[in-house]
Parts: sequence; C-alpha cells; structure tokens
Amino acid sequence: MSSDQMTAPVATRAPVQVQPVWRSVVRWETALVFLVIATIIFGAQENEHFLNTTTLFFVGLNMGEIAIMALPLTLIVVTGEIDLSVASMLGLSSTLLGYLYQHGWSIWLAMVAVLVVGAAGGALNGFLVTRLGLPSIAVTIGTLTLFRGVAEIILGTDSVGGYPQSLTNVGVIPIPGTQLAYSFGIFLVLAMVYGVVLHATPVGRSVFAIGLQSEAAYFSGIRVNRIKFLLFVLSGLVCAFAGILWTLRFATSRYDAGTGLELTVVTIVLLGGVSIFGGRGSILGVVLAVVIVGCLQEVLTLMTVDAQVQNIITGGLLLVSVILPNTAEGLRRFRARVRRRA
Amino acid sequence: MVHLRTGRGAGAAAGLTAVLLLAAACSSSSTSTPAASGGSGGTSASPTGVKKGLVVYFIPKDTQNPYEVIADKGGTDALTELGGKVVVSSGTADTAAAQIPSIQAAIQAHANAIVIAGNDPSALCPSLNQAAGAGIKIVSFDSDVDCSSSPSHLFINQANTEQIGTSEVSLLASEIGSKGQIAILSAAASATNQNAWIKYMKQELTKYPNMKLVTTVYGNDDPATSLQVLQGLLSAYPNLRGIISPTTVGISTAAQYLDTHKNLLSHLTLTGLGLPSQMRKYVEDGTVAKFELWNPSNLGYLAGYAAASLASGTASLTPGSKFSAGTLGSYTVLAPAAGTGPSVVLGPPTVFDKSNVNDFAF
Repeated sequence: MSSDQMTAPVATRAPVQVQPVWRSVVRWETALVFLVIATIIFGAQENEHFLNTTTLFFVGLNMGEIAIMALPLTLIVVTGEIDLSVASMLGLSSTLLGYLYQHGWSIWLAMVAVLVVGAAGGALNGFLVTRLGLPSIAVTIGTLTLFRGVAEIILGTDSVGGYPQSLTNVGVIPIPGTQLAYSFGIFLVLAMVYGVVLHATPVGRSVFAIGLQSEAAYFSGIRVNRIKFLLFVLSGLVCAFAGILWTLRFATSRYDAGTGLELTVVTIVLLGGVSIFGGRGSILGVVLAVVIVGCLQEVLTLMTVDAQVQNIITGGLLLVSVILPNTAEGLRRFRARVRRRA
Repeated sequence: MVHLRTGRGAGAAAGLTAVLLLAAACSSSSTSTPAASGGSGGTSASPTGVKKGLVVYFIPKDTQNPYEVIADKGGTDALTELGGKVVVSSGTADTAAAQIPSIQAAIQAHANAIVIAGNDPSALCPSLNQAAGAGIKIVSFDSDVDCSSSPSHLFINQANTEQIGTSEVSLLASEIGSKGQIAILSAAASATNQNAWIKYMKQELTKYPNMKLVTTVYGNDDPATSLQVLQGLLSAYPNLRGIISPTTVGISTAAQYLDTHKNLLSHLTLTGLGLPSQMRKYVEDGTVAKFELWNPSNLGYLAGYAAASLASGTASLTPGSKFSAGTLGSYTVLAPAAGTGPSVVLGPPTVFDKSNVNDFAF
C-alpha cells in the first residue's frame, strides 16, 4: 500500500481546449476587415471619384459625431444595457450651447456648461437604471423624448448662428497636414483610449464580466452599479461633446439637431460585433464598422441611390449583424444535438 | 466559454463567405452608371451661348415631395434642351444634415452648378461655401439660403415673397368674412421659404383686426406628421375658422382629413398652396374653394437655365442683367433686398378654383 496513493491529492487541471488556428483568425473583426475592403472596391468600381482624399475627408466629416457617440455606447452595450438617448443629448447640448452663446456667454464657458449638463443627463439615465433598477431601454427611450422636449423648450423653433469662424472651420477644413476631418481625428484618438481601457485594464475586464454574468461579477467584488452609473454619465458627457462638434460643423443651433441619429449609432455598435446581450465586443470592430457604414453611405450617395434605399441597406446591415451570430449559434447547437443522437 | 466563441466564429465565417461572394460579384459586374462627366464640356455652344455637357446637381428638400419632384423634372427638361445633365440627390428628412451628403457628392463629381432648395437658412452655408470654392455655381430655388456673400448665389423665387404671404391672407379673409381665429399649418420649422411667407402673412394680418392668428403648427412636409399636428390644432382650437397651409403636403393632408369630416366644413375654411392635380377632387366636392400656386415645373426649368447660364458665363449676379430661359423668355436679375441676395422672380401666383383647376396638368 503506497502512502502516495492515499495522501497525494490528484492534480486536477481543467483540460485545455486547444483552438484550431483558423478559429482565432476567423473572428467577427476579420469579416469586418474584408467588408471594409469590399466596400472600398465596390466604391472605386462604381464611381471614379471615390478613391481620393476628399472622400476620406467627407466620410470622416459625416461620421465624426456619430462615431464619437458610438464609443461609450459600446461599453454600455457590453455591460448588457443600452442608451438610446444619445442623439437627443446631442440635440440638447447643441440647443443649450446656442442659447447660452446668444445670451452673451463666452463660447468656452458655454461649452463647459454644456458638458456639465451632458454629464447630468447621463447621471439621470444612470440613476434610473442602477438605483431604481429600471430596464435601460425603457429609461433611455423616455430620456430620448425628454431631452428633445427640453431642447425645444429652450430654443423653440428659432436657430442660433454667428459662431466664431475660427471654430466653425471645423466643419470645412481638415486637420492641417492631413485630409482628416477634426471630428474624425478626435474619434480616432478617443478610440485608442477606449480600446486600451476596455481591453487592457481591470476596469475593462469588469465591464465584460458585468455583461457576461452580472451576478457572478457582483459577488466577486466588482461594483456593478457604480460602473454602470459611470458609463451612463460618460455617455452623456461624450454625447454633449459630440453636440458641440455638430453645432460648430453646421454653424447653427437648432432643437432638432441629430434627430434619428441614435439608430445609426446603434447600427454601428452592433455591426462592430458587440453582442446585444452583452459580454462580447471590441473597439476595433466598432472602428471598422464606422468605416464600413461611412464608406457605404458615401458610395451610395455618389451613385445617387435614393435615400430610402440607403436606409434599407443600413437597416439590412443591422439585421444581418444581429441575426448571423445567433443563427450560427443555433446551428452549432443543432449539430451538437444531432451528433449526440447518432 | 468556448461555445460562445464558436458561435461567433461560425458567424464570422458565414459573414466572410458572404463578403467574398459580394467582392466576386462586384468584380465581375460591368460598371452600370456612366461616370458624371464634369468640366466645361465640348466646344460647341447652344444659340444662347450656354456650354454643352454641363452637369447640374438638383438638391430638393427631400426626394419624395411631389412639388419638388415636378420642379426637378422641369430642371431636367431645361438641361436636356441645353445638352447637359441633371442629377437629383437629397435625403428623406427635411433637414440640412440630410442635404449635406448631396452637396459633397456634387463637389466630388466636379459638377458645374448646384440648384438647392434649402431646408435651413444658415446650416448649409459652410458646405455651399466649400462648393463655391471648388468652382461650382450656387443657385437656390423654392427655399433660399441666407449666407450673405459666402457663398454669393442666385435665388430663383417662385413668386414675389411678399405677394405670396399677403395674397394667402387676403384669400382666406375673403372666404371667412375677415373675422375669426385662424392658424397656419406649415412645413419644417427651419424652412426659409415658409418663414419668409409667414412673416408677410403676419404683416398682412394687421390689416384685418378681427382675424387672429392663434398658432402655427409644423408638419415637416410629412403626411403623417401633418395629420397629427392638424388633429392637435383642431382639438385645441374648436372655434377655429380658417387654416392656411402654404405647403402642398400640408394642404392635401388637411383637405383629405376635412373630406372625411365634412361636418367641420360648416365653420372651417382651408386654403393655402396646393398642386391642382392633388387638390382637384377636393375643389370639385367643395372641401376647398380656392388655393394658389404657380407651375413648379416652370420654376425648375427656370432654375435649370439660370444654373447653366451662370456656369457658362452668360448670366451673372449683377442686378439688372438678363439671361434667357428657353421657352419662358428672358429674365432680369433683381437687386438684393431685405435679407435676400440677387434673385429672379418666376411670376405672379395663380389662384385656382372650380373654374380653372382642371386646366392644369401639374
């Protein structure tokens, strides 16, 4: 009788699942890269004016604010929530900026005030979702209407113009030395910051954990409510900033600024591979999705495709990006069931 | 969680296959649309001195408005006569943001001129200025843009702005005995032309002390929204005597509603700017007695000729200068006045009623 057999604990180790190489290459982001290339090839073929730097400038200009708003929304969707009030916060901040500027505030002070109000709006969303436990989709649909309504009360149907030319050039002139629109340049910098935070810091890992298993995350010490609350505040702040950029680009403040943009932002986030159920996603995917949607809209406009058809195509993209992962998962389960029966 | 990754990996594989198929399809398909041929075209010029081969981008308020569709067709006819080409491009919502991609497309296609119906007086100015900087001539029609001289542009006005506003009010006044509450059912709150006409309507109303404008509601040129705001209007003001709807979408929606609620006609009168083709049946069954308009096809035709002439150098923005507009004759550029730059007026509005509504094809 060997004492080893009785006393030595059996070394247990979870069997390591070795992933075939192709599995790590074939990810959602890879498909997006191919889609970007396909869109650019398609654009270059359909229109001889597509492949030049002006296109880069215009695409960046049109997508800038939308892309900036998609970044905090990515984090929110990864935690399993959603924020549909993004475009209305853009509208509210644009209106407030105009109102304050019209009443003699210095443009910089007005911007700071607008950012504070943006954070406050986000805090309202966060409070309702975390403290009162209300579903974020219902809350943010409510605040979507609320913010837009407040914007209309502030400015009515008037518009405010007369912004300093040096600032409104943001909408006309690219960053000196490049052909990048200012808003797009800001987006790229922010995307790098968000990418590092989401994928390489403990906070980022907590965000994923909350999305995958929020109860387990809570019991392992992650402050779920605190993080969700801060993400909503961040979203409000960033959308207010996007509203400032929007106002300067159009050199006008109007209460209906950005109406309907939230759908494009959500499309980009979902197309970028962020799972609507939470727990999955990457900033790289979102950046690629921005490029795809931007280029696609640009190509279709250059081809003079009817605006309604463009909506159909963008809507189709959204559906595909939600349906594909789910059908694949369903197929896998079906195959597994068949194999078990056999 | 391997199975989640599997699902997404397989999903990515499916997506990749679809993408590769798309790429394959694209590379084998022949280029369908002929590339927009920009530049100043060939050496031959038409009798009016206008260059051939010009490309003009028409940017209406949106692509579904029936009035704009007719106007754009008129512009296409004009450019076809001149040996040029029209590209119609815009969005679906009546906002400046929806029109900006079309302006950008015109810049990229090196168009010779842009003819735009502004959804917003000032938000389009930075982009139009950029287009002007690229050598594109800017013409506004239907709804002007307010950019002072950046860029300087020609406004093709459908009728004298003040005359439209004052005649709308006097038309309604004659129908309701110059007494009672009235309201305005407008289009988009930012539309330059709507606000210009409403301003003159309010001015004219001071001559009718017994008529009171209670409110203005905005239907955004969308039938569903127009109906919604109309119903709100009718419930908020049960004693309403008259409605002016200076937009073809608004008046046709309101007429359709009143047609099915004829009891309202005992105390409510509707008038405004409407297309005879849409309003014909309402005039014939008595829902609407009179309304006004002009020929939108002529407006587009004139705008097309103006744009082509500006791009060829046979017209200029100098007040008093003339240019030829094909079958419509010769037009003179009017001097800037009261917030409007150099403009050309198509002609006086026509009042339509039972006697003449069937005489028109638009």
